[in-house]
Amino acid sequence: MRTGWKAALTRTLVLGPLFVFIYLPVAVLVLFSFHDGMVPVPPFEGPSLQWYERLLSSDRFTNAAWASVVVALASSALATLLATLAAWGLARHRVPGRRWIEGLMLLPLAVSYLVVGLGLLVAFSAVGVGKSLWAAGIGHVVLNLPLAFVVVLGQFDTQQARLERAARDLGASESQVFWRITVPQLRSAILAAFLLCVTFSWDEFIVAFLLSAFDPTLPVVILSMLRTGLNPQTNAAGTLVFVLSLLAAVLFELLIKKRGPSEPTGR
Amino acid sequence: MTLAATATAPEQVAARRDARRGLLLTAPALLWCVVFFVLPFATMLVWSFYSGGGPGEGSLGLDNYRRFFTDASYTSALRYSLEVTLIVTVLSVLLAFPLAWAIATQVRPDRQRLWLMLAVLPFWTSYVVRSYAWLLVLSPDGVVNQTLMTLRLITEPLELSFHRATTVTGFVHFFVMLCTLTIYASLSRIDPRLQLAAADMGASGWQTFWRITLPLAAPGIASGAFLTFVVTIGDFVTPQILGGNNELLLPQIAMLQITRRGDIPMAAALSVVMVLCVSAAYLLLARWITGARR
Amino acid sequence: MNPQGDDIGTRLTIEGVSKRFDSTVALDTVSADFAAGSYVVLLGPSGSGKTTLLSILGGFTAPSTGRVLLGGTDITELPPARRPTATVFQDYALFPHMTVGDNVGFGLSVRGVPKAQIAERVQAALRLVGLDGFAGRPITAASGGQRQRIALARALVIKPTVLLLDEPLGALDLSLRRQMQDELRRIQRAQGRSFVHVTHDQEEAMAIADVVVIMNAGRIEDMGPPQRVYERPRTRFAARFLGESSVLPGAALGEAAAHVALRPEALVIGLAPTGARALGDAVVQDAVYQGSFVRIGLRHAGGERLLAKVDPRNLAGGLVPAPGDAVTLSVQPHGVVPLED
Repeated sequence: MRTGWKAALTRTLVLGPLFVFIYLPVAVLVLFSFHDGMVPVPPFEGPSLQWYERLLSSDRFTNAAWASVVVALASSALATLLATLAAWGLARHRVPGRRWIEGLMLLPLAVSYLVVGLGLLVAFSAVGVGKSLWAAGIGHVVLNLPLAFVVVLGQFDTQQARLERAARDLGASESQVFWRITVPQLRSAILAAFLLCVTFSWDEFIVAFLLSAFDPTLPVVILSMLRTGLNPQTNAAGTLVFVLSLLAAVLFELLIKKRGPSEPTGR
Repeated sequence: MTLAATATAPEQVAARRDARRGLLLTAPALLWCVVFFVLPFATMLVWSFYSGGGPGEGSLGLDNYRRFFTDASYTSALRYSLEVTLIVTVLSVLLAFPLAWAIATQVRPDRQRLWLMLAVLPFWTSYVVRSYAWLLVLSPDGVVNQTLMTLRLITEPLELSFHRATTVTGFVHFFVMLCTLTIYASLSRIDPRLQLAAADMGASGWQTFWRITLPLAAPGIASGAFLTFVVTIGDFVTPQILGGNNELLLPQIAMLQITRRGDIPMAAALSVVMVLCVSAAYLLLARWITGARR
Repeated sequence: MNPQGDDIGTRLTIEGVSKRFDSTVALDTVSADFAAGSYVVLLGPSGSGKTTLLSILGGFTAPSTGRVLLGGTDITELPPARRPTATVFQDYALFPHMTVGDNVGFGLSVRGVPKAQIAERVQAALRLVGLDGFAGRPITAASGGQRQRIALARALVIKPTVLLLDEPLGALDLSLRRQMQDELRRIQRAQGRSFVHVTHDQEEAMAIADVVVIMNAGRIEDMGPPQRVYERPRTRFAARFLGESSVLPGAALGEAAAHVALRPEALVIGLAPTGARALGDAVVQDAVYQGSFVRIGLRHAGGERLLAKVDPRNLAGGLVPAPGDAVTLSVQPHGVVPLED
């Protein structure tokens, strides 16, 4: 770890251009969402909140936002629950074929979402189920499961195992161990998984597009807004989504780090 | 000892009970996966073998696949997809590595997490919006062109948007952040004493890097590359927004089959091709992703 | 019945227990029988199988063969929750998200004991381990020694027939360890429960055990009251492990047994006192002054390494021998123990 002026110089030379590259579009986006003009091109005029006003009074936008939130919350809740149970089952019991099961759980991540969406579209139409937010929700659970699974599974460490063993030794049944020891310990991980799913789900486009016909979610609406060309309203929408996702991400970080001290410390 | 030989060993009883309970807990998630992912995928696979409107109407055969490999628009879409994906993967890793390395080695340990978060902050913009934001930067009226024209460096706006390069830029922007995360994770786990030991034995900085640091960072690089590849090849949004109408990529062609032509079986066939590409990539990279287990 | 009126008059029997992990044999046909209310210490180096045996007693590991019986009842198939055992784990495994009181009362609460009773019994248990008034505190505020007692209280409050302790004092410093050894002994005597305590520390074993079980490589080498095992070990391993005795071929002393153990404090350097048996010449390899004795490593003429613990006042001129010195050795007859192997 080099410190001092050499490090500072390397930092500036390497991180500088890369950070500019990374922040450029977002900076432009946020800046021009406050632009007081029809098209978000330089020079910047403003600031003006007119686009935010217009956006938030647009039914299309607020309905889609609401739809996104509902689908995200519901599918994330279900996915987190199923994933937690599965992580508990695989991490704490010697299940034959564990590798295969884990692989299967992670498969939707590896396969393009287009495939997931298309598969469901085909399957649903074959069975006669129509497109709807429910269908999109089901698809989102499929996509969220692996995410939640990975997050929760990662929290099952040996320290956790020892606490559960102690609880069993004291006479707790399996379900008592799960609800009184495992879940409280994993509380922050479960919340983090939930948040990760929500953040992902409410931004997901393809599955939502394929499976929800006339109740579009937010990303679908935003994409169709783009058909009409560059538009500060889209900037405003994007900035709002950005800020909210950011908050969720920060929350996620805080939760993931919070594990109660359980090692024997001190003398 | 004969007692234990005739009865079921207590071990086996305990093991079976354990496995049963484990399976019961995993069952709901598994079931969901099977019903809403595996079965639909299988259905889609079956459909890909029907030409025409689907199992009810068309005929069974490799028609769709034949069409895929003979029709230039399809094969070129596949080629463009592979080219774009490979370029994006390579560029993302090449840019992400110095970024991750700088944070892991040139920043104070207690500040590293902060810098990392700053580096990937824009990751949390909506994917759709983030792609769109590049149009703001690169389009003829966008920031870059306007700035260059104001500085009188050019007189006509540059054709920077609706181009394959625009798509690549949009992708790389996203995946540089992702790869930085995975590569940093690997780099930060490397025991610094290993590098000290190498130096102690006479290795130059460059040698230490090539023979110690880089191999140990391989899992992070490989997993970042793999994720980049997998997501890029199947992505619809970025090329749709940034790529223009000229060189359509595979996901766009697939979407066209669904929305414009209603040819679901063809879309299914295209999806299968995508899955095969991803599987091939996995088989190639798997060794490095999980390989360096100490 | 013990003084508290609990039914703990139960023998603990281990019958032909083996444990195999893939190709490793952790326990090889171990059998033992312990009287009710005894303090048993499983002593041995790491890898001896003592922890595996404890784990089998607690129900966390199922044996590959054999049975465990408590008071004649076969408990081999019972899971930990249903066994009348409780374990104090090496790392205490205290639940970080609960208070001291909730931790101690956990076993009672999962059994559905009414809240008022739980509070009472928790208080009594905490008083027993000297932590009166700690019930409301968060676990995170407890020191190492306090955590150890909390873990003990938590296990005792559910009145187990057998209390299992897995190297419970390992994380404590020396003075605290000694104190806790006395405490454990006192509590065990007062309650009359059977304790099975795993340790690798021979001093600890001798200080608290009614029965010491010396284990090595999955087998029981020797088993009995500490004094007997120390003074009359049965095997070479037991002789070396408990008390650091040296081992010589029986022939060197004219004994019929294949090997004999020589207790280090019985070895004499230089002028042999009356009645001592001659051992011949030896060369000093190292000598370390340890306060109450000098620890001298020697190489015997026959090639074996011997250990002597000599009172410094018995050294010629009060000087600690130097490495390379040639000396004559003899041994007090009470320090010669013929071994079974």
